[in-house]
Amino acid sequence: MTVSVDIRHRFGDFALDVQFEAPQGLTVLFGRSGSGKTTVINAVAGLITPDSGHIAVDGRVLMGDGVDLPPHKRRVGYVFQDARLFPHLTVQQNLHYGRWFAPKSARPQNAGRIIEMLGLGQLLTRRPAQLSGGEKQRVAIGRALMSGPDVLLADEPLAALDEQRKEAILPYFEKLRDEAGVPILYVSHSPSEVARLATTVVALQNGKVLRAGEAHDVLSDPAVTPVGAMAAGAMLTTTVGMQHEDGLTELRFGAESLLVPHVDKPAGAGVRVHVEAQDVMLSLERPTGISALNVIPAKVRSIRMGDGPGALVQLETGGERLLARVTRRSVAALGLTEGLELYAVLKAVSVSRSNLGS
Amino acid sequence: MTDWLSPEEWQAVLLSLKVALWATVWSLPLGIFTAYALARWRFPGRQLLNGLVHLPLVLPPVVTGYLLLIVFGRRGVIGSALADIGIVFAFRWTGAVLACAIMAFPLLVRAIRLSIEAVDPKLEQAAGTLGASKPWVFITVTLPLILPGVLAGAVLAFAKAMGEFGATITFVSNIPRQTQTLPSAIYAFLQVPGGEASAMRLVIIAVVIAMGAVVLSEYFSRRIARRVSGQ
Repeated sequence: MTVSVDIRHRFGDFALDVQFEAPQGLTVLFGRSGSGKTTVINAVAGLITPDSGHIAVDGRVLMGDGVDLPPHKRRVGYVFQDARLFPHLTVQQNLHYGRWFAPKSARPQNAGRIIEMLGLGQLLTRRPAQLSGGEKQRVAIGRALMSGPDVLLADEPLAALDEQRKEAILPYFEKLRDEAGVPILYVSHSPSEVARLATTVVALQNGKVLRAGEAHDVLSDPAVTPVGAMAAGAMLTTTVGMQHEDGLTELRFGAESLLVPHVDKPAGAGVRVHVEAQDVMLSLERPTGISALNVIPAKVRSIRMGDGPGALVQLETGGERLLARVTRRSVAALGLTEGLELYAVLKAVSVSRSNLGS
Repeated sequence: MTDWLSPEEWQAVLLSLKVALWATVWSLPLGIFTAYALARWRFPGRQLLNGLVHLPLVLPPVVTGYLLLIVFGRRGVIGSALADIGIVFAFRWTGAVLACAIMAFPLLVRAIRLSIEAVDPKLEQAAGTLGASKPWVFITVTLPLILPGVLAGAVLAFAKAMGEFGATITFVSNIPRQTQTLPSAIYAFLQVPGGEASAMRLVIIAVVIAMGAVVLSEYFSRRIARRVSGQ
């Protein structure tokens, strides 16, 4: 299923003018607060009506061509930032709420599977007030899925959680992306979430699409990084290689490999690694006598000078892309230009658990 | 109980219970609707409606009773039309129901409105995205959450209806066994020599019912907060 969005909306000084297609998989709407991300998914859900435009899911028009379906006829599942569980109902009743309203043909046959996938079995008889923030959010995800939606919308579903709980929820979204069979539109301003989850990224800036495409391409595009926070960085798609005896794991991509702290996965399993641009050092020669374990041959693809003293360098290595944040002074001192071959240096320990996804 | 109260006193108590019950039952749906409209909708005339609902609270009851007589009396604008199809309010117990319902309406609407305002509209929005149409959202989310508030308002309205005097006596007079409610009976007993004992017995009943209603209403009100937070 594909979601196509083409909307224009104006409120006050802010003008939204956005077109994109979200294919199967997880599409992250990425950008700073105020870039219009939430407005876009609220328009898809029918919670706001844009001034003009067209929204369709697999050809079924939700808005446009004289159609403007109310939210309850749109068949979208919405996971809000604040879980919004019904306080008077048990977890079980919350989960079945949307199922009851869904047409018979759309009701998920695999209710048990959804409950199992989200680890909700133990919580069914509880009430929302007895759940932790992370548990609430998992129930909210389950509730949205049980309504058998054509598209799942999530508005910064992890923003209200602390780091530890975020870590606990992210794997569920990874599973959803790979197993739920429903396209997901996911709003986020967190580069690490984007790197772990996204298959498609739509980068928004001031109400316009800055860049849209596959996650690899968009995230490693130096033009996009100023959109996000300082923690910009590229995403590598790797497979687990050898497990070393001293607790390190080798991740392979193309002909290259990367050593990171232990990854508890069998050899051959896919792992997405978020490498933050500020953790990558550049060297013209293969450095020796340094503690950093990863010295990866790479080629400069592009350089983007920042407004301040910084610069972002996009590298190509092993068929993947990396971003390095360096100073303009270093760009000049090393004589960095497009096509230059050099070495990217990365400490194994700078890749933490939170940078690894499936 | 029947030994303790004379048949006349007992009549008044029973009639008051009947009048208060019907007044509460009939005004509940309209009360919920009005409270919802005032809490959730923005429409022209909203302040006017709000004022109209609260008017019986501040107007002298005798004025309300007189206005009812003008409008719903046998020669009244609406009263004469209703009389043609066999519905008569003036000087009937049904008129007492109408007068009590109107006098209790502000209390009912106020309690329900407060409980609706305590419900997060975001929950209703979430129910919408899960496929529930507006009426279903109200039935499955809003109504269960405000139920304690509805009960609190209903109990309060019931107690108010039990005690209503001014508008009732003006509109339907004070006819024993027909329109003589508990307060009217107390008033009547106080007008005749030797009626003090009867009046005192009815006064005690009135105080007990009123106290019980306030306590019950408070109990339901406290439950709103707990219910909305899901405990």
